[in-house]
Amino acid sequence: MDENFATLWVYLGASPLLWLTVTIAVYALADALSAKAGRHPLANPVLIAAAILGTALVLAGVPYRDYFEGAQFVHFLLGPATVALGLPLVRRWSEVRRRIVPMLAALVAGSVTAVVSTVAVAALLGAPGEIVASLAPKSVTTPIAMGISELIGGIPSLTAVLVIATGMLGAIAVTPVMNLLGITEPDARGFSAGLAAHGIGTARAFQVNPVAGLFAGIAMAFNGAATAIIVPLLLG
Amino acid sequence: MIASLALILTCQLVGEVLARLAGLTIPGPVIGLLIFTGLLFAIPALMERVEQVATALLAHLSLLFVPAAVGVIQHLDRLSSAFLPIIASLLVSTLATLVVSALVFRWVARLMDRRTGEKADG
Repeated sequence: MDENFATLWVYLGASPLLWLTVTIAVYALADALSAKAGRHPLANPVLIAAAILGTALVLAGVPYRDYFEGAQFVHFLLGPATVALGLPLVRRWSEVRRRIVPMLAALVAGSVTAVVSTVAVAALLGAPGEIVASLAPKSVTTPIAMGISELIGGIPSLTAVLVIATGMLGAIAVTPVMNLLGITEPDARGFSAGLAAHGIGTARAFQVNPVAGLFAGIAMAFNGAATAIIVPLLLG
Repeated sequence: MIASLALILTCQLVGEVLARLAGLTIPGPVIGLLIFTGLLFAIPALMERVEQVATALLAHLSLLFVPAAVGVIQHLDRLSSAFLPIIASLLVSTLATLVVSALVFRWVARLMDRRTGEKADG
C-alpha cells in the first residue's frame, strides 16, 4: 500500500497534471465563492485562489518551481487572451473611437501618477533602493514590468509579485472608489481599472460590464508602453 | 474553431518575433493584439469565426493570473522585511492612479461632449 502510494506520488510529481488540475479546481471553487458573494470586490477570485494554493504549497513543502511546471499551461494563455482583446475592440470601435482623446489624457496623467506616487511613498518610508526600483513599474502587466525593473536595478521576480499585488488591490478598490467619486460611466471606470491594475483590473472590469472590460484592456495594453518610457526617464 | 485558435496564436507569434527582432520594450502579445485588430478590420467576416475562441479566452481572464499570483510564496522573506513601505506605496499609488485616471478621463470626455453638442446646436 505504502509502496503503491510512493509510486503514485512519484508519477504525479513528475507530471504537470496534478498542479494543472489543482489550479483549475481551486479557481472553480474561488469563482463559485465570488459568484455566491454577488461578485463583491473583496471576494476576488484571484486572491481567494492564490491564498488557498499558496498556503497549500507552503504547508506541503512543494517548491513554487514544481507547482509552476503544471500551472504554466494556464499562465501561457495570458498571451492569446491579450491578442483576443482585438475582437471586442473592433466590435465596439465606434464607442472606442470617440473616446481616444480622453483615453490619451487619462493615460498620461494616470501613468505618471502611478510611477511618481509609488516611488515617492516607498522612498519616504525608507525602502531600500532595489525595492523602490522593483516597485516603480508595478502598475503594468508582468512581462513589461519585469523588463523595466531589471533595466533600473530592481529584482524582476519581486516585481512580478508586486505587480500581482497591485492588480488584486486595484481590482478590489475600483468599484468602491468609483462609487465614492460618483463616476458611473463604464468607459471611465474600466479605463482606470486597467491602467492602475493591468490584467487583474481588466478581469474585474469584464466581470462587471463588457464596455468597462474593453476600456480596461486598452488601458492595460497602452500603459505598458507608457510606463516603459516614463520609468527609465524618471529613475534611469 | 481550431483555425481561429491558430490565427490568434499566429498573431502572438508574429508579435513576439517582431518585438525581439526590433528590440522593443512592448511585449509580443500587445503587438499581436494590434496585428489581430488590423486583421479583423481588414476582413470583418473573421469576427464571427473567432468569436467562440476569443470569448472563451476572455471569459475566465482571472484564472490566468492565478499561477503568477501564487509566486508570492517565493518572496515572503523579502516582503516582510520591508512590509510597511511596500504596502503603503502599493495602497497610496493604486488609489491615486484610479482616482486621477478616472477623473481626467471623465473631465476630458465631458469637455468634448459639450463641444460637439455646441457644434450640433449652432
